[in-house]
Amino acid sequence: MRYMSSEYVKHETDVLIIGAGGAGMRAAIAAFDSGSSVTILSKSLLGKAHTVMAEGGIAAALANVDSKDNWEVHFADTIEEGVYISNYRMAEILAKEAPDRVRELEEYGALFDRTPDGTIMQRAFGAHTYRRLCHVGDRTGLEIIKTLEDQILHRDVKFFDEMYVTKLLKDGDRVVGAIGLKLNNGEFHVFNAKAVIIATGGCGRVYKVTSNSWESTGDGLGLAYDAGTELMDMEMIQFHPTGMVFPPGVKGLLVTEGVRGEGGILLNAKGERFMERYSPKKMELDARDVVARANYAEIMAGRGTVHGGVYLDITHKGADFVKKKLPSMYKQYMDFAGVDITKEKMEVAPTVHYQMGGIRVDPETTSTNVPGLFSSGEVASGLHGANRLGGNSLADILVFGRRSGEGSSSYAKKASFGKLDEPTIMSEIQRVKSFLGKSGTNPYDVASKLEENMSEGVGIIRNEESLKKVLDAILELRQSAKQVKVPGTLKYNKGLLQALELPFMLTAAEAIVRGAIERKESRGAHARSDYPKKNPALRKNIIYSKGESGMKVVWRDVPVMPENLRKLVKEEDY
Amino acid sequence: MDTITVSVYRHDPSSEKEGRFVDYDVPVEEGMVVLDAMKYIERHIDPSLSLRWNCMAGKCGSCSAEINYKPSLMCKARVDSFKGAKIRVTPMAAFPLIKDLATDVSENWELLKKIPKFTPKEGLEKPWKISQQDIERSKEFKKCIECFLCQDVCHVIREHHSGYFGPRHVVKAASLDMHPLDALNRAEFMNKDAGLGYCNITKCCTEVCPEEIHITDNAIIPEKERAVNLFYDPLAILVRSRRNRSGKK
Repeated sequence: MRYMSSEYVKHETDVLIIGAGGAGMRAAIAAFDSGSSVTILSKSLLGKAHTVMAEGGIAAALANVDSKDNWEVHFADTIEEGVYISNYRMAEILAKEAPDRVRELEEYGALFDRTPDGTIMQRAFGAHTYRRLCHVGDRTGLEIIKTLEDQILHRDVKFFDEMYVTKLLKDGDRVVGAIGLKLNNGEFHVFNAKAVIIATGGCGRVYKVTSNSWESTGDGLGLAYDAGTELMDMEMIQFHPTGMVFPPGVKGLLVTEGVRGEGGILLNAKGERFMERYSPKKMELDARDVVARANYAEIMAGRGTVHGGVYLDITHKGADFVKKKLPSMYKQYMDFAGVDITKEKMEVAPTVHYQMGGIRVDPETTSTNVPGLFSSGEVASGLHGANRLGGNSLADILVFGRRSGEGSSSYAKKASFGKLDEPTIMSEIQRVKSFLGKSGTNPYDVASKLEENMSEGVGIIRNEESLKKVLDAILELRQSAKQVKVPGTLKYNKGLLQALELPFMLTAAEAIVRGAIERKESRGAHARSDYPKKNPALRKNIIYSKGESGMKVVWRDVPVMPENLRKLVKEEDY
Repeated sequence: MDTITVSVYRHDPSSEKEGRFVDYDVPVEEGMVVLDAMKYIERHIDPSLSLRWNCMAGKCGSCSAEINYKPSLMCKARVDSFKGAKIRVTPMAAFPLIKDLATDVSENWELLKKIPKFTPKEGLEKPWKISQQDIERSKEFKKCIECFLCQDVCHVIREHHSGYFGPRHVVKAASLDMHPLDALNRAEFMNKDAGLGYCNITKCCTEVCPEEIHITDNAIIPEKERAVNLFYDPLAILVRSRRNRSGKK
């Protein structure tokens, strides 16, 4: 070999999984159980991924509480609230398979709350026709991630945590591996894999106010985009109606929809239950885009609280009920804000919560348009369309995580190891090292500018003028991102990590903004003050890909539903 | 603007013989926690500071450290709770140091691998039926976010190389043993292979648990008791006799 491998440690694996949240771990279980060797990489410590933050529950039509529920109703809810641009096949698969994935999780050791007759309890959530969310109090994500972690630890799955992947490696058209920096010792690792799954979660951190944890910087979007993968629906960013507004350190932190599911009501500073005006039928439990815009409108109209929010009130349910059903919300407000939610109202405001868009995948196997590359979870797109239903993301990571594992495993069985290009590896190592140095821009300053621009100009209500300003800012920041320097070494250098995340964050942000400019209508989570109506001609998806002179944006038709599914869904009204 | 001084331990063991404390002045905000101060330092003063944090909300258990030598989650330690006293932040002392505040906690995954996994009883009718009452005991342990502060504070781990797995792992075993449909009894394993006998129930672990799990009373003592018939553990016998006397279960 011409290049000495003293620069890096090399590994071989049938299936390489980048990301160890719910989707990545469920994929690892499936790929391993179908006979492949599996390596899973995580940017944070094992078990700390953003899945841990999920609170309210997992949507599955078990019909334990409302006997009329079934997959067909879950399917219709998903398509209608996705405002008719979801991939019908993904919604069908989700609705049909979620119950099995929940029961399987129970067989892995998860303990869900129960109904009086001992079956899995289900709670109401926004825009779900029936009570459908299986839950563990308000810490469902923790239960899911610890259960999956236990399964991974008891299988012969190799895992590397605090491993940050900086580039996918290709052999011709095909993805054949990845290169990563092991944060805790500063070593480079090169993985040669027959198939690669991207399950890196979302990109909420491109905004200043977000419910997302530190690691949600859109890494997988950027990796896949650079490798030639198509992205879709990126303009669709979900604002959760209820994030904390105070104290400043936790601004944006999620207040679960479970509070409203269990009877919590929204009030403005004048004490009016304002949802009566915005959605008299569904009230607080309308879809997230509707409730988030209502909260935003009340605050903008000067009817907000001292800290710029609205009130969320659950005090009428009594202290015992609240502590039992929402223990972690009780603790969260007590610990961080010094507020006893059994006696006082919470202050909340919309917060960036979820990317509906992401990597375009095949519903059956989760393969992308690039051979050898698969994707599932929040980083993938298609299921949620223009708006995600609460609880559908936990169902998504299990249903499509498993499909990713099986799809990549059967691909790997027919594939051989590709050839890794040494010069590409060496130049990537050089690129990473080039950010170390004394004088240059602070990477956190670039990230802050991006976050502020996105929160100000690409928020809950958008318009052409501010979107274009943000786009210009992003293109400038792309240049600044190349000039950043960080002191210290390769070892556990968080500043260096921020420098490496920047290009991915900028790709995610650029796609969001370009799509938001392109979509001259208001649909689901995407609302334009200059185009306040929905336009039937734009019932399409926007596809993003890397062109020779920058990001290409094209429209593509939504796949047409077969008759048996179409008849389950209400006609779209305009 | 008001500022506070936070003293942070800095040490890269691969290149420096000894660590040192560096003082940083950080602007104070209302409701601020120690993690906010650390984030300020990494953003504005020294981006090469090594520390872990992720969810910022006490849900992931990443930002474990010692604040004035008390094992704590930095995201939950309110700056105003120190009432103006100097705030000193050091890494968890029971784990090998990586750099500054980041420690190597990977041995915990190796220990977790050894605890026999959830094994459902045979012949259960599907779908499983379980009463809410029966899940409550296991549920307490399932609140564990694996911050490993209980491991850090445990003097058996700190001072003796006894092979004791530590409180987190007893909580794990208890969560499985108290699962209403689990078929195994891990008490023998915990006492024989996981060194539970070395724990002399000083309750330090319970005191530092951010999830307020009653580690000693509800996990460690019951796991010790389950094994009393199997092994001779004078402490467990003593505890059991005292509990019986006071009429508690």
